[in-house]
Amino acid sequence: MAGAAGPGTGPGAAGGDGDDSLYPIAVLIDELRNEDVQLRLNSIKKLSTIALALGVERTRTELLPFLTDTIYDEDEVLLALAEQLGNFTGLVGGPDFAHCLLPPLESLATVEETVVRDKAVESLRQISQEHTSVALEAHFVPLVKRLASGDWFTSRTSACGLFSVCYPRASNAVKAEIRQHFRSLCSDDTPMVRRAAASKLGEFAKVLELDSVKSEIVPLFTNLASDEQDSVRLLAVEACVSIAQLLSQEDLEALVMPILRQAAEDKSWRVRYMVADKFSELQKAVGPKITQNDLIPAFQNLLKDCEAEVRAAAAHKVKELCENLPIEGRETIIMNQILPYIKELVSDTNQHVKSALASVIMGLSTILGKENTIEHLLPLFLAQLKDECPEVRLNIISNLDCVNEVIGIRQLSQSLLPAIVELAEDAKWRVRLAIIEYMPLLAGQLGVEFFDEKLNSLCMAWLVDHVYAIREAATNNLMKLVQKFGTEWAQNTIVPKVLVMANDPNYLHRMTTLFCINALSEACGQEITTKQMLPIVLKMAGDQVANVRFNVAKSLQKIGPILDTDALQEEVKPVLQKLGQDEDMDVKYFAQEAMSVVAQRLRKLDLPVKDSDEPSAPGADKNHFLRPRGPGEDAGKVSRDRAARVASEAAVEAAQLGVGTQPRSGPAYQLCVNPRETLAHLEIVGLVHFSQSRD
Amino acid sequence: MFLKFSLRSVFNGAGGGNDIQWCFSQVKGAVDDDVAEADIISTVEFNHSGELLATGDKGGRVVIFQQEQENKIQSHSRGEYNVYSTFQSHEPEFDYLKSLEIEEKINKIRWLPQKNAAQFLLSTNDKTIKLWKISERDKRPEGYNLKEEDGRYRDPTTVTTLRVPVFRPMDLMVEASPRRIFANAHTYHINSISINSDYETYLSADDLRINLWHLEITDRSFNIVDIKPANMEELTEVITAAEFHPNSCNTFVYSSSKGTIRLCDMRASALCDRHSKLFEEPEDPSNRSFFSEIISSISDVKFSHSGRYMMTRDYLSVKIWDLNMENRPVETYQVHEYLRSKLCSLYENDCIFDKFECCWNGSDSVVMTGSYNNFFRMFDRNTKRDITLEASRENNKPRTVLKPRKVCASGKRKKDEISVDSLDFNKKILHTAWHPKENIIAVATTNNLYIFQDKVN
Repeated sequence: MAGAAGPGTGPGAAGGDGDDSLYPIAVLIDELRNEDVQLRLNSIKKLSTIALALGVERTRTELLPFLTDTIYDEDEVLLALAEQLGNFTGLVGGPDFAHCLLPPLESLATVEETVVRDKAVESLRQISQEHTSVALEAHFVPLVKRLASGDWFTSRTSACGLFSVCYPRASNAVKAEIRQHFRSLCSDDTPMVRRAAASKLGEFAKVLELDSVKSEIVPLFTNLASDEQDSVRLLAVEACVSIAQLLSQEDLEALVMPILRQAAEDKSWRVRYMVADKFSELQKAVGPKITQNDLIPAFQNLLKDCEAEVRAAAAHKVKELCENLPIEGRETIIMNQILPYIKELVSDTNQHVKSALASVIMGLSTILGKENTIEHLLPLFLAQLKDECPEVRLNIISNLDCVNEVIGIRQLSQSLLPAIVELAEDAKWRVRLAIIEYMPLLAGQLGVEFFDEKLNSLCMAWLVDHVYAIREAATNNLMKLVQKFGTEWAQNTIVPKVLVMANDPNYLHRMTTLFCINALSEACGQEITTKQMLPIVLKMAGDQVANVRFNVAKSLQKIGPILDTDALQEEVKPVLQKLGQDEDMDVKYFAQEAMSVVAQRLRKLDLPVKDSDEPSAPGADKNHFLRPRGPGEDAGKVSRDRAARVASEAAVEAAQLGVGTQPRSGPAYQLCVNPRETLAHLEIVGLVHFSQSRD
Repeated sequence: MFLKFSLRSVFNGAGGGNDIQWCFSQVKGAVDDDVAEADIISTVEFNHSGELLATGDKGGRVVIFQQEQENKIQSHSRGEYNVYSTFQSHEPEFDYLKSLEIEEKINKIRWLPQKNAAQFLLSTNDKTIKLWKISERDKRPEGYNLKEEDGRYRDPTTVTTLRVPVFRPMDLMVEASPRRIFANAHTYHINSISINSDYETYLSADDLRINLWHLEITDRSFNIVDIKPANMEELTEVITAAEFHPNSCNTFVYSSSKGTIRLCDMRASALCDRHSKLFEEPEDPSNRSFFSEIISSISDVKFSHSGRYMMTRDYLSVKIWDLNMENRPVETYQVHEYLRSKLCSLYENDCIFDKFECCWNGSDSVVMTGSYNNFFRMFDRNTKRDITLEASRENNKPRTVLKPRKVCASGKRKKDEISVDSLDFNKKILHTAWHPKENIIAVATTNNLYIFQDKVN
């Protein structure tokens, strides 16, 4: 509780004869009207604590009236308040007093922010269940009516969500009134209200008597589905799902299907899009017979719609639609009525459509079985693997597992390889990044042999990519591959190649070796790390570029836990000590930090550590940050910060452009790749200076 | 009520004998001639009820005036508006990536349909659109546990019972708070914003693109029109204005610098690069000149309240188009035809690029637009009468009837006529607004806002 200590100028909290237990509550109450939003929010979230302390009586008579008037507050406070009030029944005296919560929620249900209104409605729905039947009619129903006939559309939209909760428990006379109110909202002047009514139509239909559904809901549904605004019509599609579930097949055919057919051919693409988007739900709601007679032809039309958005939405549903068909006759329907349209979509002019299809088409192979897949689907997969749009190819590659189960991946591998190679060399680095992420999956499916033969070289090439993000992803990729293929494989194929890069003339590549070692050491285990990696790391401690040297320090810190104590004591420590004396302060800092970690480990293992060996890395001491700073120091930091910002921009640029030139001599931080790290680090460096100068 | 009824009958009456007489009501803004750049009014807009009137200026401020309530029955003070709220909507900015200064000038203000007791408006400068909430507060909480109302702390030992704050009435306070900022979607300068009749989306147009926004979502918008050619050297026209249809939520129009208006149907496809109607009047070959293209550029387009017509303003004329007829306007009104012979000098002093706006009266029977010399023009569509009035500080006693002005194009100047050569081209009325329900108009001269109303006997 941030504010519990009270503002610094106030008198001490402790001491005095006042009721100590009151103090924190008093603070909470006062902070309900604090100027700081965060404190107000904090208090609102502890509203139940306040209410408990006040007791049910005072909560009802004092707290709730206050809360009712706080609607001027920020949205986040109102949102929290609306949520709290939903669970407040116990705090105002139980179900008999639940209606006391209605006034604040009523005012919250009329604010302009949709999230707040929705939350208020949600809480009102919750509370409605806690009302007794009498209280429901005496308090809750009048509230719904007030909202439904409010001046502003915000209150009328909120009302739409409340009908379904009070209807089932109301008396017949009241039920008729509720239906009447809902009817008038369905033909409200404001499209916002008609939309709200349309979106709650299905929910309301579910609580109505079946007769009323047919006599009242269906006409409303028909009107909304032919509203002049397409933004209303499209919501009627959703209602269609719920209403269809309530009616018999006969009524469905007579009352709902004409409207659904009309929606599937609506003049507005947004309505057709909605039909495509809700297709699986519709399919389940209308049952297999109507699906076959009506929905399949409608779906065919959607797949060749003139608007790409609609085609894409329909393409997304291809697999679900096929899955949900009755197993009997499924294959025939798919082969004769769906597949011809899919074939068209493979060469669609719009890339979103193609990539939507590519994300689900592989799933058809499990449904259609091996032979059909080879004969009909495989050519499509292969065509998509050669698509000009990288996203399409990526979507195919990312779903390979479905096909693998059915026909085995070998069928595809000949086409797969060129596709992968092309993506791996794509000019856009984000595409390269995406394919790298699929590498472990591909490797798993293609097997180690195929991988070594065809893909290994790609994985290594990414390590020297000119974009840092790719090099970083490539490093992680190697780690995952090692986890998959084992340490022996790593030792034979990966590690030697990585270690060779330690002699690369480009310092960025030399650093990549270190990053790889950081990532691989754990997966490779102690032996490989100690015997093969450690010597290289130690050798690089003599690198002429400071960035490489301080990354050596970081690497040593990272792999320290894997090494045995002998190696730590005999090999790592001397090198770190040497780096600790480096002329570059960044190197010095990281060496000292690594040293402290290594020393800690040695100490845990009960090895004697001399006092003089005790590292004194000031950065490790958190308190340094809290120390007051001298003015000179501040100035120093400002200028450093500025230098760092410029420097880090240059470094990022260099990393992206693949500038491999050797750095000019100068402050080492100019070459840091990660700007954030540089900034944090510089602050520490400034502090180091200070403590030294005081000595 | 009687008043409104009688006005309407004046508008609709076939006989032109009882034309409205306009009289002065108020003038807002500084009196001195020394105009500060920041004070130049850049947009004027009534809200949907007409009770509020918003202006934006080059200094990024929005000033909202409220119609005087108490004396509304007394007809003479209907047209009195007093300051309700003033706030800084936009600040000057600098785009570091493009080395561009972004002016704070308010290009457009649009009111949202009222959704609760508060009022909302969108304001935009060249790049960023903001949604503002203007709300009233007349209560404030009182009572702390640990301190006095004046902030002094109490001795906590005296706190023996808890005190819940209570709301007490206070003087009315009007607050303007920014609710949403819609930024980073326009490469070029925003010239229009328009709220859709579905109450949840709006469009924003710049020179080459139109974007569609959801009023509650700030981090993405959809590009619905893009006329940017692949090669910018092939650019031949730009978008000058755009507006949504008042009640058909799928229809919007945009006008171009070539004098055409395109109507798009958002139902047909997600991208509206292909229009469904193109409104264009064939050029009169006899009037062809070097300036033809410049003066045919449309500076404003407005749908009528009924949604049946739209009005466009080009440099010399106002045209009314029936949405069902694309090949020519149904009405054309000359605003200042006498300037046709002056185009050369107007080109030299850049006036030819002035963007005059236009507006409809509440019943769509009269249209109004501005001109030079602080003149503004009204055209009655039924009687075909037109009138030129002047916004000036002379005769600024309330209820003084405005005298019609007449510009003498050539030849002998009659008494009371003004010669074309003596017109002041620095005094221009670009922005005007008409109360949606009454005969009250707001006319912005450079840094003054004039409010006129009809004379009721």
